[in-house]
Amino acid sequence: MTATETTPAHLTSAEPFVPIQTRSERPTSFDPAEFGTPTGREVNWRLSDIKRLAPLFVDEETETGDDIGIDYQLGELESRGLLVESTGHDTAPRGEIFRPEDVVSAIAWKRCANALHIRLPEGQVQEEPVIARLIGKGADRHSNAHIVIEAMPGSVGTIVLHHSGSALYAQNLEIIVREGARLTLISVQDWEDDTVHASSHQAVVGEGAYLKHMVVSFGGGVARVNPSMRLAGLHAEGDMYGLSFADSGQHIESQVFMFHEGVSTRGNVLYKGALQGTGARSVWIGDVLIGNGATDTDSYEKNQNLVLTDGARADSIPNLEIQTGDIAGAGHASATGRFDDEQLFYLESRGIEEEEARRLVVIGFLMEIVQKIGVPEIEQRLAEAIEEELRRGAGLAPATKAGA
Amino acid sequence: MSVLEIKDLQVSIETEQGKKEILRGVDLTINSDEIHAIMGPNGSGKSTLAYTIAGHPRYVVDGGSITLDGQDVLAMSVDERARAGLFLAMQYPVEIPGVTVSNFLRTAKTAISGEAPRVREWIGSVRGAMENLRMDPSFGERNVNEGFSGGEKKRHEILQMELLRPAFAVLDETDSGLDVDALRIVSEGVNRIKAESGLGVMLITHYTRILRYIEPDRVHVFVNGRIAEQGGSELAHRLEEEGYDRYLKAGV
Repeated sequence: MTATETTPAHLTSAEPFVPIQTRSERPTSFDPAEFGTPTGREVNWRLSDIKRLAPLFVDEETETGDDIGIDYQLGELESRGLLVESTGHDTAPRGEIFRPEDVVSAIAWKRCANALHIRLPEGQVQEEPVIARLIGKGADRHSNAHIVIEAMPGSVGTIVLHHSGSALYAQNLEIIVREGARLTLISVQDWEDDTVHASSHQAVVGEGAYLKHMVVSFGGGVARVNPSMRLAGLHAEGDMYGLSFADSGQHIESQVFMFHEGVSTRGNVLYKGALQGTGARSVWIGDVLIGNGATDTDSYEKNQNLVLTDGARADSIPNLEIQTGDIAGAGHASATGRFDDEQLFYLESRGIEEEEARRLVVIGFLMEIVQKIGVPEIEQRLAEAIEEELRRGAGLAPATKAGA
Repeated sequence: MSVLEIKDLQVSIETEQGKKEILRGVDLTINSDEIHAIMGPNGSGKSTLAYTIAGHPRYVVDGGSITLDGQDVLAMSVDERARAGLFLAMQYPVEIPGVTVSNFLRTAKTAISGEAPRVREWIGSVRGAMENLRMDPSFGERNVNEGFSGGEKKRHEILQMELLRPAFAVLDETDSGLDVDALRIVSEGVNRIKAESGLGVMLITHYTRILRYIEPDRVHVFVNGRIAEQGGSELAHRLEEEGYDRYLKAGV
């Protein structure tokens, strides 16, 4: 059975995926030259750290032969038979749904001759999560990758991409969730602080299928992970979760796009971030589009940021566009704030010292996402990372009151 | 035997219209094992007194003193006051997302007693206290005050009081929003803790209803930031019949 036979017709349509309105203004192309070099005035680069991302704008041969900048540790995938022979530019399913939306993504497409192809076999349930480790070998090593993750019809599984080390890394993730499949995909950015990482995730969810997509960013100098999810099939469902902790000098960005295309789809976007230290920066742009045929859609998106110290900045821009009146519900929310004095007072009035009270509030704030991961090893690593961050921030003065 | 002593307490808050005086010289002494009801119309300063004792940063003390066994409470931070033995059961307890009740209770107990409670004993006392308050054991896994009904919030406050064993508790309108059954359960809890530990109670209420379940030793009527009248429990009965009009007309 080939992939195309089991794919709903509208997924295999020859026409490129062109989202309407909000993102339709963004051109798509496989040719880097068509994008030109970003200046920082473009809508999708406006809030990005252009200076540090600049090396990824260079369209150059990056990896030849076995000399690659990222050490892909894929043993678990291999031993469980989830790795398919590398996919060349013209080999399906590479490019089935992916269309580069910016120059970095187009370069990653072009300069990655063989895409890594992960496939959950049809009808199979992977009881245990699979962790692939991507370890950067140097902050001066420009790397490009296109990765295809394909959940075949009726398959169930959890795949974690865990990034660490130092790198200058452009990455595309093409995520295809075929009908009736249930995939959890978690991208963890646990990089060293000299890493610059720009990643475009594009996912399509077929009929009756479900994708839980998570972006967890703690490390990295710049981590720009932009996921989009198209709920294409009838009753397709998707959750997009994000968790970030930005320290001094870190720029963590996610431009999130949820596109309700099919009938009776359900989508939920929840991104939470904590920031501390001078120059800590987070950017979240959340677009939700409910297409004109997407009747009976149920959609919600929310971004919440907790600013722990002065000198940190969080940008949060939610957009919701509805093209049909016949929906079940749609909403969005964004809140960026400092510590809630009433929460701290409540905890302190029970004898808990101020620093411990802050710790509880921050951990509690972030736990909502951590608890959704469902991979004990990763949850444990995150709990440790949060504690590490808080120890690092313990010496910093707490954010002064809003309006002060 | 402990004593909580409030002398000539004057408190104000900052508002957009400038400083607003709320308490204009309050004198009140509560001993262990005594229940003092603070009654009065809305806006008379009852809750301000409660939050000032607990140390809420919104309230500015302009004069007077609060001491606990001679120690200066006003010089203590919020958490120090709690560790010294003061407890405030709040009228509007705050949600703490992502922090479970059991984690919160254990953290608070550890802070108050200066060491982590022994696991087995602790689990037993939490379970017992929850049974006493007719709370489902699954309550411990919920996040603090998140999605709690009004009655659940109040029971959770009393649960904390039972486990943290303060010397003095201020109950700020604990009766508000409770149905008869919940009111009875909460009142039983207060009486039980007092009987077991000699708790001193400052019971703030607008209505006399709760005083049918918790018998006050003294009743103080608050009007316009001062105590307008004091008496025994018979004063509460009188207020039940006459209301607060008498004091307001007198323009105290």
